[in-house]
Amino acid sequence: MSRPAAIVGIGQTKHKKRRDDVSLPGLVREAAQRALDDAELTWTDIDAAVLGKAPDPLEGVMMPELSMADALGAAGKPIMRVHTAGSVGGSTALVATHLVQTGVHDRVLTVAYEKQAEGNAQWGLAGGRSGGMGAGGIFAPWMRSYMARSGAPEHIGWMVAVKDRRNAAKNPYAHLQMPDLTIDDVKESPMLWDPIHWHESCPSSDGACAMVVTTEGGAARAPHPPAWVLASAMRSELGTFPGRDPVRPQAGVECAHMVYEAAGITDPRRQVDIAELYVPFSWYEPMWLEGHDIAGAGEGWRMVESGETQIDGSFPVNPSGGVLSSNPIGASGMLRFAEAAQQVRGRAGEHQVPDAKVGLGQAYGGAAQYFAMWVVGATLDAVDQKR
Amino acid sequence: MEDIAIIGYAQSPSWRQADLTEPQFLFPVISDAIARAGIDRRDLGFTCAGSCDYLSGQTFAFVSNLEAVGAWPPISESHVEMDGAWALYEAWVRLQHGDIDLALAFGSGKSSPGDPAEIYPLQMDPYTITPLGADPVSLAALQARAMLDKGTLTEREMAETAARSRASAAGNPYAQVSGPSDVDALLREPYLTAPLRRHDLPPISDGACAVIMATADKARAVCERPVWIRGIDHRIEPHQPGMRDLTESLSTRQAGTHAGVGDKPVEVAELCATFSHQEKLLREALGLGDEVTVNPSGGPLAANPVMAVGLARIAEAARAISERGAQRAVAHATSGQCLQHNLVCVLEGG
Repeated sequence: MSRPAAIVGIGQTKHKKRRDDVSLPGLVREAAQRALDDAELTWTDIDAAVLGKAPDPLEGVMMPELSMADALGAAGKPIMRVHTAGSVGGSTALVATHLVQTGVHDRVLTVAYEKQAEGNAQWGLAGGRSGGMGAGGIFAPWMRSYMARSGAPEHIGWMVAVKDRRNAAKNPYAHLQMPDLTIDDVKESPMLWDPIHWHESCPSSDGACAMVVTTEGGAARAPHPPAWVLASAMRSELGTFPGRDPVRPQAGVECAHMVYEAAGITDPRRQVDIAELYVPFSWYEPMWLEGHDIAGAGEGWRMVESGETQIDGSFPVNPSGGVLSSNPIGASGMLRFAEAAQQVRGRAGEHQVPDAKVGLGQAYGGAAQYFAMWVVGATLDAVDQKR
Repeated sequence: MEDIAIIGYAQSPSWRQADLTEPQFLFPVISDAIARAGIDRRDLGFTCAGSCDYLSGQTFAFVSNLEAVGAWPPISESHVEMDGAWALYEAWVRLQHGDIDLALAFGSGKSSPGDPAEIYPLQMDPYTITPLGADPVSLAALQARAMLDKGTLTEREMAETAARSRASAAGNPYAQVSGPSDVDALLREPYLTAPLRRHDLPPISDGACAVIMATADKARAVCERPVWIRGIDHRIEPHQPGMRDLTESLSTRQAGTHAGVGDKPVEVAELCATFSHQEKLLREALGLGDEVTVNPSGGPLAANPVMAVGLARIAEAARAISERGAQRAVAHATSGQCLQHNLVCVLEGG
């Protein structure tokens, strides 16, 4: 059995370097309460909760669904805890969506968070060992490889950084607020992992995101327009083996084709109105445009250069400011899914893309080996309208 | 809900300290479960894993477990930072869509590298309980004491549960603690953390378990004796032990009711009674009478591979049906301290 699922409530925290004003449960409740308020539902209306976050040692709390059960109003209810590396926020939303689509529950609250200032994320991302090279150190050679392969000039990365930070200035929840950032600022900022400059890297944030997933009936009763989940997919592959292409991972290609096919999308560049892609380092924007077959080989960076991915371009990417502007790791994937949903609901505020009807949310994790994606629509036939 | 069946399962032995890495001992378990199900690895439409970074003392430890699955070409896959029983739950939900017909769930963990008394306090509320160093044995002792004080349990009953578990485990090749034991002798042993003696505690174990599930048509096509999942549900309780009546398991009762435990007679129950006193508590929560055979495998007191031990209860309950002729069995898994979060699964033969 599979029935339609709709997102009727979305909430997120203000993302900051350090949220000392809230505890861990306080952080997740801030997002969850906003999602419930958006849906005009109360805690008792919720049937089950699905919690997601990246590794527990980032905050030093093991299996936090246990200590957060009360804060999430889950006592007496089922609760799940998902962990699929950086893609976890997306996977968590999908686990919640499946519970509704299959008829197990009617109203599911899904929450993802990271409170990175509680620990040392760089240490955590190095597998909990010292001397790690950080996520940027793993990805940088693949970006160089992309540049060599596609002939992309150096300034493409700088352009993505400026675009996302300027978009974030329209998003009051975004961590980094840099409305005046220039190409020269990015270019002259310190080199972290060649080719990634300081301004081409995501920040480390405290933050959370929450959504309420419900049925067609629930959507009909919701006070605001829903976002319909038109398709979803998760795909994983091994992180290292001879012959692997980490620049265009096969799992990412397949994940994209699975959601396009399920949503009836034949030409994503034309039929998708807005995409929220997981871009923690600037170069991942053109890499995912090509890695998910939105652009052809060598075309991704040209979309960036021509301004197509700007908020007023023909294929806006990360109008929220993206991971480059807010990165509470465990929540970052859900933020992509939620921002795509807000766009098709017409509730994105100042960073709303006019007339967005079909949105794509994507998250990836590990050594670019875990992928989660969804396509959301303003209506159940939003893609058909674009044939 | 659609009918979903268990068509294959496998376990590793339970080791005090495995000489192999987690992916190394997981690989043959997954391969074995697939072989027993009589399917091809490539036909799996979904895979879900359960494991815990804190046991390995390493962030992203679960990523290397993908090696044991064989994730190339890419697969549709997810992971819960929970016991494999919840991985099975997620896979069961995924199969309900009907667009895929086979799924793998597994759980794995190595408890041997760490000290449980140091690790598990991190599972408690970080502001109010973790700083107290509340370890699992101390919390379990509080629970046992509450039951003894209430008069719902005796120390002799606890020792009898331990002795029966060890005796049953003698027939289980995967068990770690087994063999005959004299209840009077057990009761003469000193307390470890009063009122718990060593026999009331589970062993520290490394191990893995894997289960293959199929949709109804597929199960009938490939399996001679599928074991049907008739109900599955899980519930959590408030975290603060002081906010709960530790002498009963309300969430187990709720999950059992939603899973339909009481709809028909139960012959076998595999309960995740990690400490001896919890068995009686769980029996009562699930309404299981004396006629029900509990933990014929020996249960967690005989083998306790954390993150796999709950899924192993489901595999053992399935074994009772498919290999030993039982018609209806109940499996229980738990998470957190003093039975905070509980899952109940009802299984039936064809």
